[in-house]
Amino acid sequence: MADDASKPFAGLADVSISEDIAVEGDISVPVGTSRRDEELSTLDEPVKETVLRDLRAVGNKFVHVLYPKRSSALLRDWDLWGPLLLCVTLALLLQGGATETQEQGGPQFAEVFVIVWVGSIVITLNSKLLGGTLSFFQSLCVLGYCIMPLTAALVVCRLVLLLANNAVSFAVRLLVVSASFGWSTFASTAFLVDSQPPNRKALVVYPVFLFYFVIGWIILTFSP
Amino acid sequence: VLFTVVVSGAEFEEAAQLLSSNPGASTLSVSTSNNSVSAEGRSEEVKLDLSDEEEAEQESSELLGGQKPTGGFWTFEYYQSFFNVDTTQVLDRVKGSVMPLPGRNFIKHHLRSNPDLYGPFWICVTLVFTVAISGNLSTFLIEMGNPAYHYTPQFHRVTVASIVIFLYAWLVPISLWGFLSWRQGVERQVGGYSFLETVCVYGYSLFIYIPTSILWIIPFEWLRWTLMVVAMVISGSVLVLTFWPVVREDTKPMAVSTVAIIVALHSLLAIGCKMYFFQTASHISPLPPTTAPIQIDTQTTHFGSTLN
Repeated sequence: MADDASKPFAGLADVSISEDIAVEGDISVPVGTSRRDEELSTLDEPVKETVLRDLRAVGNKFVHVLYPKRSSALLRDWDLWGPLLLCVTLALLLQGGATETQEQGGPQFAEVFVIVWVGSIVITLNSKLLGGTLSFFQSLCVLGYCIMPLTAALVVCRLVLLLANNAVSFAVRLLVVSASFGWSTFASTAFLVDSQPPNRKALVVYPVFLFYFVIGWIILTFSP
Repeated sequence: VLFTVVVSGAEFEEAAQLLSSNPGASTLSVSTSNNSVSAEGRSEEVKLDLSDEEEAEQESSELLGGQKPTGGFWTFEYYQSFFNVDTTQVLDRVKGSVMPLPGRNFIKHHLRSNPDLYGPFWICVTLVFTVAISGNLSTFLIEMGNPAYHYTPQFHRVTVASIVIFLYAWLVPISLWGFLSWRQGVERQVGGYSFLETVCVYGYSLFIYIPTSILWIIPFEWLRWTLMVVAMVISGSVLVLTFWPVVREDTKPMAVSTVAIIVALHSLLAIGCKMYFFQTASHISPLPPTTAPIQIDTQTTHFGSTLN
């Protein structure tokens, strides 16, 4: 027994390959090699092609936010271009509020950035600490892309403010901002909720709700 | 190993809850015929240290009050152990902070050696934004009829509010915990709570201020003061009920002064928030010198002016 135990392939020791038997055969290489050639050749493709590929990916994710259903498109190929674009647009459009002193006004450009990015990071950490299975950047990606309805609302608000600045315009703005806030929260929960442990879903959704509420408030109180 | 002894026949469901939250713990159920019950008929949960290594464990897991961390402080799992709560547990703790009953120590009854950081952190964040937004809204409501008033979001208040509230919610528990630990070293009878439990009870005790600050938008002074007194009583009693059993063993002047300082700091926070964020009609700060300062004398004259 000890002998067998010490030689794991004891049974095969007797089998020997005679030197007369030639070992031959065919190895067929799968299509991968030609694909490798194609991938290498993306270096040679025109720059427009490269840029358009990324733009198409970003645009595809925007469409997914517009019609949120439980798909994994946002999660599989995450990218942070969309969130960056949205954040810059948001911060730029929030400039120009007339203020008596600098202090009394709305958030500065850098403050908007800090709120959006630090808020997203804190919410991501929170969901991971509670036991979520999304990766850090996937979560940032989802939260950033779902700001899109609120950015659209800000554009609408600025257009409305160009026309009038009275109670009616305020009512219209309130309606638009509330609708987009609900849309953002609904969209992000549609993407995030599946990866959370079942009895902690509300604990994860509440900070997201608070985040979009605060951004909605900043948009609503913008006064030129 | 921490043994929890449940002294009562009627508290098996608590034992079941304890078991479900900490399945690794061994429990010993002792139903005695003469229960040492309090006057209201509620029995107290007694934690007996039956193990010899309890002392050593207490030293090493001092910060967590008996709940061992699963890794060093540089691992992610260490911090995950602070967020080991479910939705129902958080809601139950919030309820306990809003309805403090005498005899129910928040830490013993609700936290049950599973303190979390989720509640304190998000309650503080919510309170920061509620106070800033409500303050802004109340200023707007007060100034609504004033034709020279131009609405501003006053966003810098968020920064001020966050600094004040987070400093309160973290520095006061740290100093209180340090103080209690020092007293525990000096006078052996004084019990103590872990650092995390202290932070937790302070965080949850701030919850009542969230609906209070929303209701403070209503611009009637008597209503605001009434709400503030109610909130301070509720919130303060949560803290007092938690800390009184611990400092009770201490010398009389120390015990009373400790509790008095806890209550005083809490009141200071409430009053300070109200004074700074929710200004009354007669105390609106004058506009900067580029425009003529506008004096508003009383609320009645203000509301008497015609609205555009």
